[in-house]
Amino acid sequence: MKIVVDRIKCVGLGLCEAAAPTHFEVGDDGQLIVLRETVDEQDLAQAEEAVRSCPTSALKLIS
Amino acid sequence: MSAPVVSKRLVIVGASLAGLRAAEGARASGFTGEIVLIGAEEHLPYDRPPLSKQYLGDAEIPYLRDPDSYVHELNVRAVLGNPVTALRPDEKAVVVNGESISYDSLVIATGAAPRELPGYSEIPGVVTLRNLEDTHSLRRALDATHNITIVGAGIIGAEIATAARKRGCEVTVIEATHYPLERAVGREMGLVLSQMHPRNGTDLRCGVTLAELRTEGEGGKVSSVVLSDGSEIKTDLLLVSIGVVPTTSWLKDSGIELHPDGSIACDEYLKTSLDDVYAAGDAISWPNAHTGRTGRLETWTSANEQGAIAGRNAAGVEDALAYSTVPYFWSDWYGHRIQFAGTAHDAEPEVVIGGYEEEKFVVLYRSGDHVVGALAVNEPAKIMKDRRRIQQRSTWAEAVEHYKELGRKLALIQQETV
Repeated sequence: MKIVVDRIKCVGLGLCEAAAPTHFEVGDDGQLIVLRETVDEQDLAQAEEAVRSCPTSALKLIS
Repeated sequence: MSAPVVSKRLVIVGASLAGLRAAEGARASGFTGEIVLIGAEEHLPYDRPPLSKQYLGDAEIPYLRDPDSYVHELNVRAVLGNPVTALRPDEKAVVVNGESISYDSLVIATGAAPRELPGYSEIPGVVTLRNLEDTHSLRRALDATHNITIVGAGIIGAEIATAARKRGCEVTVIEATHYPLERAVGREMGLVLSQMHPRNGTDLRCGVTLAELRTEGEGGKVSSVVLSDGSEIKTDLLLVSIGVVPTTSWLKDSGIELHPDGSIACDEYLKTSLDDVYAAGDAISWPNAHTGRTGRLETWTSANEQGAIAGRNAAGVEDALAYSTVPYFWSDWYGHRIQFAGTAHDAEPEVVIGGYEEEKFVVLYRSGDHVVGALAVNEPAKIMKDRRRIQQRSTWAEAVEHYKELGRKLALIQQETV
């Protein structure tokens, strides 16, 4: 699976970082940094939680 | 071992964030039975934070999920446009529009409604903000308004003040206490944040209440307000944002346990006092194991998470999960991002990076030897790391050392650039 960020919807609130810190980090400028685009089997639950926790529905997982 | 008991029909009352997440949470746990989602509004679940933020500017309806996906992906039947009027636990049914809908398990997510000023709500020009229709009428009203008075200097009041200033309105915010935002961020930081109002041209008046509302013309529209200190302010629009009341009056004959504030009493599994009835979102109080306190938490994040857990637990396919959280909320005022994690209750705030003048800083809250809260203004990269430290119950020394280290690094970078 791969993480896709909708940059128009994303406002850098960082809830994805709280759910999956290995994959997401908000930078000093407020822009979301995707640390790792690929989601392995063992990270899938965290990544899905990140998608669900986004208040602006800016994240998607695609295969 | 998971219990093999699977309820056949899950009914969810409240078609908003927590209600939708309950449906999704039930499905994610493997629930294959019927799901009925009942909403008082005509709309499928949409997101509320934008209503006082972007959407008040101009944006599309912020639906939480593709409307087509309810039937096809989620297999949910939505019953919209009428509020549920009663819960009859003996019959295991709820009543909508005079019709009884039975449940095997139930999730209540009816949220909360704005508290009103008694005697004022019917007067033209007096408004509150909670749903999509409110936003539409507020947007239209703002276009035709020059002077707006906002009662209540909380989060929503400040966001609407922001939007109104952006449209060129003269804005007055009145606050009954001397300490705006005390419950959210504590006394001291409430005063610091409130300074954003005068700096951005909003007239903030604390320690005054509304004494009289004057109207004029046909229909008696608002023309001015008189405050308790005797001053009169010209006003075309009076927005009341003095908090919310849980939407639970429909439950009063059900026998469900309610707290004195009207919220539904839940345990850590978000189960109510009634069998097979769970609840989530702004309408509930529950014991948060992280903070050790029982109460309401009116945030997007808690509604999101509670909804998923209540849905899962109500579905009963997998073992029940308890819910605890480090509270988190955000707000945007006059172009500034405000983020808060944890609690300010009984805690001492201290600036650990930046300063008030720059309007860019992080304040940590200390209770005993631990960091229990964090407030970040225009420091979006910091807050979730602080939230994690709060979650992990970091000591105060550890949390402060992190910022000292960061300060040293920043000083080095500055030296190099000079």
